[in-house]
Parts: sequence; structure tokens; C-alpha cells
Amino acid sequence: MINLGVNWRRVRAVMVKEFIQLRRDRLTFAMMLGVPLLQLILFGYAINNDPRNLPTAVLVEENNQYTRSFLNALENSRYYKINSVLDNHRQAQRKLETGAVTFVVTIPAGFGRDLLRGDRPQLLIQADATDPAATSNAVAALEGISRNAFRHEFRGPLASLNAPPPAVDVVIHRLYNPESISTYNIVPGLIGVILTMTMIMMTALTLTRETENGTLENLLSMPVTPLEVMLGKVAPYVCLGLFQVTVILITASLLFGVPIVGSLLLLFLVALVFISANVFLGFTLSTFARTQLQAMQMTFFVFLPTILLSGFMFPFRGMPMWAQYLGEILPLTHFLRMVRGIVLKGNGVAEILPELWPILLFLVLVGWVALLRYRRTLD
Amino acid sequence: MPETTPTPVIEVKDLVKKFDGKTVVNGVSIHVNEGEIVGFLGPNGSGKTTTIRLMCGLLTPDSGSGQCLGYDITTQSEKIRQQIGYMTQKFSFYEDMTVVENLDFVGELYGLANRARRVNDMMAQFGLTPRRQQVVGTLSGGWKQRLALAASVIHTPKLLLLDEPTAGVDPNARREFWDRIHDLASKGLTVLVSTHYIDEAERCHRVIYVSDGQVVTRGTADEIIDQANLSTWVVRGDNLETLAHALEKRPEVRQVARFGRSLHVLGTDAARLDALAEDLRDDPDHDWQRADTTLEDVLIDLGARNDRAAAP
Repeated sequence: MINLGVNWRRVRAVMVKEFIQLRRDRLTFAMMLGVPLLQLILFGYAINNDPRNLPTAVLVEENNQYTRSFLNALENSRYYKINSVLDNHRQAQRKLETGAVTFVVTIPAGFGRDLLRGDRPQLLIQADATDPAATSNAVAALEGISRNAFRHEFRGPLASLNAPPPAVDVVIHRLYNPESISTYNIVPGLIGVILTMTMIMMTALTLTRETENGTLENLLSMPVTPLEVMLGKVAPYVCLGLFQVTVILITASLLFGVPIVGSLLLLFLVALVFISANVFLGFTLSTFARTQLQAMQMTFFVFLPTILLSGFMFPFRGMPMWAQYLGEILPLTHFLRMVRGIVLKGNGVAEILPELWPILLFLVLVGWVALLRYRRTLD
Repeated sequence: MPETTPTPVIEVKDLVKKFDGKTVVNGVSIHVNEGEIVGFLGPNGSGKTTTIRLMCGLLTPDSGSGQCLGYDITTQSEKIRQQIGYMTQKFSFYEDMTVVENLDFVGELYGLANRARRVNDMMAQFGLTPRRQQVVGTLSGGWKQRLALAASVIHTPKLLLLDEPTAGVDPNARREFWDRIHDLASKGLTVLVSTHYIDEAERCHRVIYVSDGQVVTRGTADEIIDQANLSTWVVRGDNLETLAHALEKRPEVRQVARFGRSLHVLGTDAARLDALAEDLRDDPDHDWQRADTTLEDVLIDLGARNDRAAAP
């Protein structure tokens, strides 16, 4: 039997208790603040998807003013930094394999002659696409570079060569051609990822900690209902989650200049629903776990697919259908769409509503399971 | 004990509880009257803790029924929770919270009308006031036990269930603890306390002895001694260990209990034991004296009987 009558005084008592314990547990508290900041800085800076000054080697089979102009144009784009000049293809291969350079630019013999004839000589650019996101922007910049590289040379009688198509045919070799994700796209998504991890883990640990320490037996022998325990235990983490959102938004705005186009209030409301769904999921997990270690394992069991299938790591529409169906169940999937919509596109209530109700449904279902699972006895 | 028919506070019949097919409580019936202090004794694993948990609704019995404070133990455990105090075997308050924070928490859960004052009263009564701001994890065993008792009576329960409350606590603290229990009982609180200590059993109005999930004997200390029907001789002297070994082989001797400078020799047939004593008391090294059988003798005998039964 589930007793849905709530004595708010008891809920508050559990809540106050959780706050006190949270405050005593300095390490956890530091983690709750430190992890989001660390992730944000790592994802935002270290995992920079618009890297510049990528190490580049050149293999020049002909050295004249035209080849020099092209190489200057490459460097001026700030994507390429030429740091070595090679003699043969074998060297080029080696440089790429060892990761010493990201690009090798090969300028073939007869380049200048073909250029002046208007024969569109081929230029080979080999890209180390191990980290595709790292090179995509540099590659994308090539078109503009090749169009403008010879402005100074193509004057007078040669001016006709300025007309499209570009005077050079740039051939790009790479393993695969990825979709690029910008910082603007990642940082709002990080709000969801960070919240998912910290909220589920923290709440999954609270109830199992009581089981492990033997305090659950005491709690059960007192007149406090499962719903009261659940609400009281979950409330401090909801507050903490909202605090995390604030910290991330401020950091995102100060460090990365992410513009927040839409309504902040709406963003926080959406975050509140999302946080609630996660803390209830964490609480439900804790009713299955017998030890804190199991609770941690369960958290990761949930966390990994969440990261992979929500559209945070890979473009959602690029996933196979079955993965998309799974992804639709996850709160993070819907939260990412809402947050990106609000932050970057300035979406309002009307646009986000279709994404909000699946999270609410998830919240109700998971909360219900938690209440059914929370044992009123030690049987 | 009052002359009028006492109100039963606990009245449970034929409780059975199995865990994974193993019967831990096997048809236990318990009757406890208002204001009584009842000791619940028995070896480890005899089902004491499980029985206590059944009575406060923390476990549901596989069969059997009963009432606790007039409420059905299977269907009305919510009501029971309001009016009982339960002190678990393992300390189960929050070690990362202070004394006053723990008491505040418990007081709030019971919805005490004047919680702050009650918490202060309890701290004063249990001598916890100087340690009110101390984090519980840093308290010694005796202080933790005091806190646990204070927390389990903060809501003035009608029934107090204590599961080995004094395990690991020094003799002074134990004594003090029992004085408090008697004080509380004199004000009408009913107490069921499980224990391993014989001196604690003697402090109870009545004793229930369980073994292997069944009640073996029950009654006041005198009744239990009478029921046991044992006669006792005390032997003092030297070389007692050799004598003890010899006596243990005699059929008329049921039990030899060793004390520092003496042996308690127990037998069920008083005449035969007396005859044995008459034979042996000529030895000048040993001084034989007839003695009253104590509760301790009986409980040692009950424990030994349990060991014999368990032996392969």
C-alpha cells in the first residue's frame, strides 16, 4: 500500500537532515562543484572543436612566387602552421603517422606553369582525420584560401584567372568527413550531461548509504512514510542541481561567450523538471542497490547509454533507428533539444512543449516505481 | 504487580518467520503486561532480533498473529510505529550529525509539539547537554548508547523495544542504563529487552528464554529456577580443573560451571547429587557446600543444552 498523504513537517525534517549531512561531507560537496567546472573547462577548452595553428608540413616540388603565395595564404588563415619542409612522400607519410603534423601539403612540379595556363593544377592536402572534429574547420577554410591566394599575382593580363572556378584544384585526402560540433553546441549540452551524472549518482547513494550504515532500520521504525522520505531526500539535490545550472551558465557565458538567446526563466523551469526526473531515477536505482558500490555501478550503467544515445556525442539523426527509439526514452535527449533550442535559437514554451512532456512522463513513472520499491519493512 | 487484570501491551501468538527457507522464528508466543520489564534471552542466532522486528512491524510474519499496543502487528504497523521506541542492536543514528541534530531529526519525525524543549529536556536528563554539538561519530560507545536511548524515548513511547542495548558498554554505563530503564518503567513504560548478560536478566521482572526460534522457558527469575529443578553444590579449593573433568563424567552431574576459585556442580536428581557430594567431601583439598541455584546456573545450563542439541 502506498500512502500518498504527506506530512510536510517530516519531509522537511528529512530534508534538513540531508542538508546537514551534505554539508559535513566536504569531499562530495567539492565534487558536486568541481566536476561540473572541470568538465566544462575540459570540453569547452581542451576539447576545442575549432582548433587553429595546426602543424603542417609542405612537400614542394617546385619553388616559385606562386607556391610561396599559396603557402602564405595557408598560414594567414591561422588554421595552418607550417613547421617543416619535406623532401619526399615517404617523409610525409611518416610525419602523418607519428602525429607530428596534422596536414601535409604537396605542391607538384609544374604548378606555376599550369596555373598561368589556367589548367587548374592539383594541390594535394593530406589530413590526419583521427580526430575529425579537429580538422574539419581547417579543411573547410581551404576553398576560400585557394580562391584568394593569388590575388597579388593575378593582375593585369592575368586578372582573368581570378574568375571562378578557383585557379587551383585542391584535392583533400582524409579518412572520413565528420559533422563538426561547435562550442556553442557543446556547452548547453554539457548542462544536461553534468546534471545527469551528478544527480543520479548522488541520489542513488543516499538510500543505499542508510542501508549500509544500518540507519535505515531506525528510519523504518519511525513514523515516516516512503513518500516523505523520498521527497525529503530528493529536495536538497534538486536545489544543488539548480545551483549547478547557474554555475555552468555563468561560466559558459564568461569563458566561452555562449550567447543565451532565450528566456532564462524558461531554461531554469526546464532544468527543474529535468533535474527532478534524474533524482527520482537515482532514488529508484538506490532501491535496487544493496550497497553504495552497486549504486555507483548502476549509475554508470545508466549514464553511458545516456551520453551515447542522447545526441550529445553523436548527431541524433545519424544514429540507427533502434538507437533513436532508445534515445527518445532518455530525459537527456529531450533536455538537450530544449536547452539548445532555448539557449541558441531563443525557443519559447510552444516550441519546447513537445520535448517537455516525455520528461514529465518519465518522472511520474520512475517516481512510481521508486515508491513501489521502497521497502516499508526489512523483509 | 497490580492485582487487577493487567492490560497486555504485547500479545503475539505462534509467530513464524522464515528467511530463504530457514525457519528463524518457530512459533513464538509472547505476552507482556503494561509496566513490565521483560528480558528476552537466548544464544546468538536464536531469533531474538527477528522476533523484536516482527513485533514492531519491521518484518511481516509468515504465520501467526498478534497485537502490539492494541494494534495488529501485520496490518497496523503504522500505528505501532507512533507509540514504540526501538533501539537497534547496531547503533543506527547519523554519525555525521551532532547530538542535537540527531535528536531534532527524530523529534521532527514524531511530530513533537514542543520539539525544541523536549530535545533540551532529553539532553539534560541523559547528561548529553555538554556534548550537544559533538558529532556523533566521535562519541564513545557508552555515549552513543545514551543518545540512542534518549532518541528512542523522546516521543514518550508506551513500549520500548531494546535489542541488546548494552553490548560493548562498560559496567558503570550499563548500571546507569538499567537505572534509567527502571525509572522509565516506574512511570508506566513497558520494556522488552534482549540481552546476553545474566545480571541484566536478573534486573527484569520476567524472562523469556528462546533457543532455535522457540521459547524454552519463561517466568520470573524464581519461577525459572524452580522450573529448572536443579540442585547445586559449590566446591572451593585447589586443583579444581581436575575435579571438574572427573565430575563431568559422572551421570548424576548435569553441568559443571567454572568460576575463578570455585565450581558450581548442578544436577537434576537432588538425592543422587547429594550422595555424590557426601562421598567426595572427605577430600580435605575441597570444600563442598550446598548452595541455592541461581538464575545464572540455570541459564548456563540452558545454553549448554542448546550447544548439546546443536552438536553433530
